[in-house]
Amino acid sequence: MFENLSTQLLFGQLLLGLINGSFYAMLSMGLAIIFGLMNVVNFAHGAQYMLGAFVAWLLLNYLGIGYWPALVIAPLVVAVFGMGIERLLLRRLQNLDHLYGLLATYALALVIEGLIRNQYGSTGMPYENPLPGGMNLGFMFVPYYRLWVVAFSLVVCIGTWLVIEHTKLGAYLRAANEKPQIVETFGINVPRMITLTYGFGVGLAALSGVLAAPIYQVSPSMGSNLIIVVFAVVVIGGMGSIAGAAIAGYLLGAIEGLTKVIYPEGSSLVIFLFMIVALYLRPGGLISAKESN
Amino acid sequence: MNRTLVLVLGVVVAALALIAPFYLYPVMLMTIMCFVIFACSFNLLLGYTGLLCFGHAMFFGGSAYFTGYLLKTTWLSTELAILAGAAASGVLGLFIGSLSIKRTGIQFAMITLAFSQFVFFILLQSAFTGGEDGMQGIPRNPLLGFIEVRDNTTYYFFILTLTVLLVLLYYRVIHSPFGEVLRAVRDNEQRVESLGFRPERVKLIAFVISASMAGMAGGMKATVYQFATLTDASWAVSGEVIVMTLLGGLGTLTGPIFGAGIIIWLNEQLAGFGEWALITQGIILLVVLVFFRRGFVGELGALWRFVARRSGKTA
Repeated sequence: MFENLSTQLLFGQLLLGLINGSFYAMLSMGLAIIFGLMNVVNFAHGAQYMLGAFVAWLLLNYLGIGYWPALVIAPLVVAVFGMGIERLLLRRLQNLDHLYGLLATYALALVIEGLIRNQYGSTGMPYENPLPGGMNLGFMFVPYYRLWVVAFSLVVCIGTWLVIEHTKLGAYLRAANEKPQIVETFGINVPRMITLTYGFGVGLAALSGVLAAPIYQVSPSMGSNLIIVVFAVVVIGGMGSIAGAAIAGYLLGAIEGLTKVIYPEGSSLVIFLFMIVALYLRPGGLISAKESN
Repeated sequence: MNRTLVLVLGVVVAALALIAPFYLYPVMLMTIMCFVIFACSFNLLLGYTGLLCFGHAMFFGGSAYFTGYLLKTTWLSTELAILAGAAASGVLGLFIGSLSIKRTGIQFAMITLAFSQFVFFILLQSAFTGGEDGMQGIPRNPLLGFIEVRDNTTYYFFILTLTVLLVLLYYRVIHSPFGEVLRAVRDNEQRVESLGFRPERVKLIAFVISASMAGMAGGMKATVYQFATLTDASWAVSGEVIVMTLLGGLGTLTGPIFGAGIIIWLNEQLAGFGEWALITQGIILLVVLVFFRRGFVGELGALWRFVARRSGKTA
């Protein structure tokens, strides 16, 4: 099995795995941020990722607005939509069991995905690659666009982590998660902060969607296929730990890529297997287990 | 409610169930009954134990394939194959439950969803399931080895009997001391533990019962349609059973029966309209979550008590 395993194939799949990992990382980070402040598992995250890609596609095909402006506009549009959802729907459920938030966002995902599918059909639509070409490293060929995705997602993840762990704004966020009433007595508008945080998490999902559009096809089901894997990633990384979520995202993407080389049939199962092992070994997830000790 | 009213209602429902297949399409009625069992199994977890299993389709779909495979490859009679499917589902439930029952609330939901996707991929890739095409041509082997049930109307009465037996069994479980402990675990787990029970074990037992019941429903559905597909094991079906149970009324005996009936009927009506079946389910779920969290039966019961209290005051 191993003799026909060329370095070309190995690094090619590793790069593909890292691309997937970039999406896992950005999505699970957004989920972790939303969960950390609101205790809502945002099931609509996959649908919002898909909306990001769709808005970018619509901008290109109806308004002629290209990839680079869309990278800013689409996440903003979807984030505003998300903030509307938070105000109109999630706020009504915030004092109930957390399961209601999960179920409501699931229902929302059904409606969004169904409406888009009714309008545009279920076949994928291509989105032109804004960075064609690539460079030859000798042992493998690296397309520029894929390099851009990995680099950009790293910048986004590290930037988000720095903001939340090392700025005053992040401190407010973490404090509001622990004791919202006390934070309010300091004159901070916690409900507005929750709305903005949800908007930010949703925007992050939409940004991943725009990044994904040139690589995968833009299709209504692109999000729902991904979101369950991302759930497993979040379980492995530890709920509410944003660094854990991002690290687990990249690692599991890479592992998935490697599995494709060694045992292709297992590649769709490997992340779930890791989840089973993680559940067995560490009941609290990789990072949070360390913190709680 | 008084006893005579319940008795009269029971007789009317029984009479309707007996003449229904001669007026309505038996396959749709049987589908509803399969989903009634499925929704009851789900309600046992979320409604009575407080566990949201977001991957219940793995038991339903997994058992549909298992039962179908037994019927296709062996001489096992239909009722034994369905029972074997339920037993296999219970074993799967024991495995998954023992790994995930320690996580609470939302994490449990995510983990069970991920597990169901794992089972889905295994079913997709296994040779015996027929992959994307599904498993076709599942025979209805004669009941007890000699009662032919190829005719849908005949088979309807078998499914009806099975459904009634299962609902009665389910009623017994809920109203047993064990059922009381389940509700206590849902309401206050620490207190139950302080009383000397072991909540995790109680939850695991409930999970295994629920899994085998869902498996039974899946096996029944496979024999009704005589094929099993990947859809039965997909997250969409896991979501569907959630919608049914919440619409009918969480933690009520008759809720899942109404919920399953309404959703299956809606699916049938909207089958030709693209994605509208799923969109409608999403909208129904949103409306129930925001406005009618007690569900159909729960709200009716509340209305009934309200009216009874009012009339009691004026009298």
